[in-house]
Amino acid sequence: MQQPVDTDKRDARLGAQMASAQAGDRNAYAALLRDCIPLIRGVASRRAPPDRIDDIVQETLITIHRARQTYDPHRSFTAWLTVIADRRALDVMRRTLREGHREVHAPLIYENHPDERVNPVIAEDRDDAAFQVGRAVAALPAGQREAVQYLVLQEQSLAAAAQQTGRSEGALKVNLHRALKALRAKFERKPLQP
Amino acid sequence: MSAQNRPSHEILIAELAGDLAPVTPLPSPARRASIWLAAVIFIGLCGAAFADLHAVTVRLAAAPDMWIAMAGSALTAVLAVFAAFQLSLPDRSRLWAVLPLPAAMMWIAASGVGCLRGWSIPGTHAVTTGDERDCLLIIVGLSIPLSALLIVMLRRAFVLEPALTALIAGLAAAAAAATLLNLFHPFDATASDLAVHGVAVLVVIIAIRLLGARALGSDQKFRATV
Repeated sequence: MQQPVDTDKRDARLGAQMASAQAGDRNAYAALLRDCIPLIRGVASRRAPPDRIDDIVQETLITIHRARQTYDPHRSFTAWLTVIADRRALDVMRRTLREGHREVHAPLIYENHPDERVNPVIAEDRDDAAFQVGRAVAALPAGQREAVQYLVLQEQSLAAAAQQTGRSEGALKVNLHRALKALRAKFERKPLQP
Repeated sequence: MSAQNRPSHEILIAELAGDLAPVTPLPSPARRASIWLAAVIFIGLCGAAFADLHAVTVRLAAAPDMWIAMAGSALTAVLAVFAAFQLSLPDRSRLWAVLPLPAAMMWIAASGVGCLRGWSIPGTHAVTTGDERDCLLIIVGLSIPLSALLIVMLRRAFVLEPALTALIAGLAAAAAAATLLNLFHPFDATASDLAVHGVAVLVVIIAIRLLGARALGSDQKFRATV
């Protein structure tokens, strides 16, 4: 049968790339991580909906980086990777459920709640650009909102923000990139009102 | 652009590759377990220098339940530490946790038989409250350095099951301490004495399970994205 032979060849190639990465070969490591993405997506798709797959891919890549000393070059790389990806998928889904229980998505209640600090006479005129941006930022997912808050609004360094949020610097960069992309897309569809 | 080549993945891959430093693959679980067991034997040899080894030999030879229990606790320590190092690796089965259970059953059963024996071992004295307190302190006291060393060694891996791994590590440390206790046990086993041993072992296992799980799981308190 051809398929098992191809699988074995792929596993041997990935194992060799990982052994090179353990020795410090950055090119082999980057190629390995790219090659891992389809495998991780395959594992993640069995556990999570499509909108969570990218999160699981990223968390698994970071775990591979932190756990690379545990890979035994005499054993299957695919088996090692599969367990890590599966575990990260479970962690992401558990976190999603916890946040879903804690947070309430009620945009109409939010919109209709009066702000006691605002003079009601001029409240209707308060829909300025800063207010619109603030609302857009508040509507971002928690991770992206944190990245904007710490890196842009508070102008903290990556290291300081990583320490405060408990996220890696790479994750903060990714979240900020996504947040800016989302905000850009939003205001392209509906430009700011002066 | 394919899903595989999303910009965010490429950014992360570049970040990780740029951060790459050479690492030495961990030694096998058997080798790492041997290192820890060597530390246990070293502590035992140090204790033997202060123990009445002749009395220990006489005691163990006089009652089969005593040496079977000692063999059970020693075997439990060996198998539990091997299982803990297996569990510390991401690609190893959780079923390794079952490995020390048969030896633990033998240890518990043989210890219980001591209570049913209708005669006392020659050359031993009746156990006192102070003796029982000393047993508790010896088991807990020996477990502290052994479990601390074991947790430090386990952290070099990447533990995906910190609670289970810490539980088995606690069993290894407690079993090793109970084995070494035989060097300082100049009295016969009684029900209260064995109850104190049992309490000490449980205290050690629970403490390591709680504290060790936090220590082993702390490296994983990170989140890439929401």
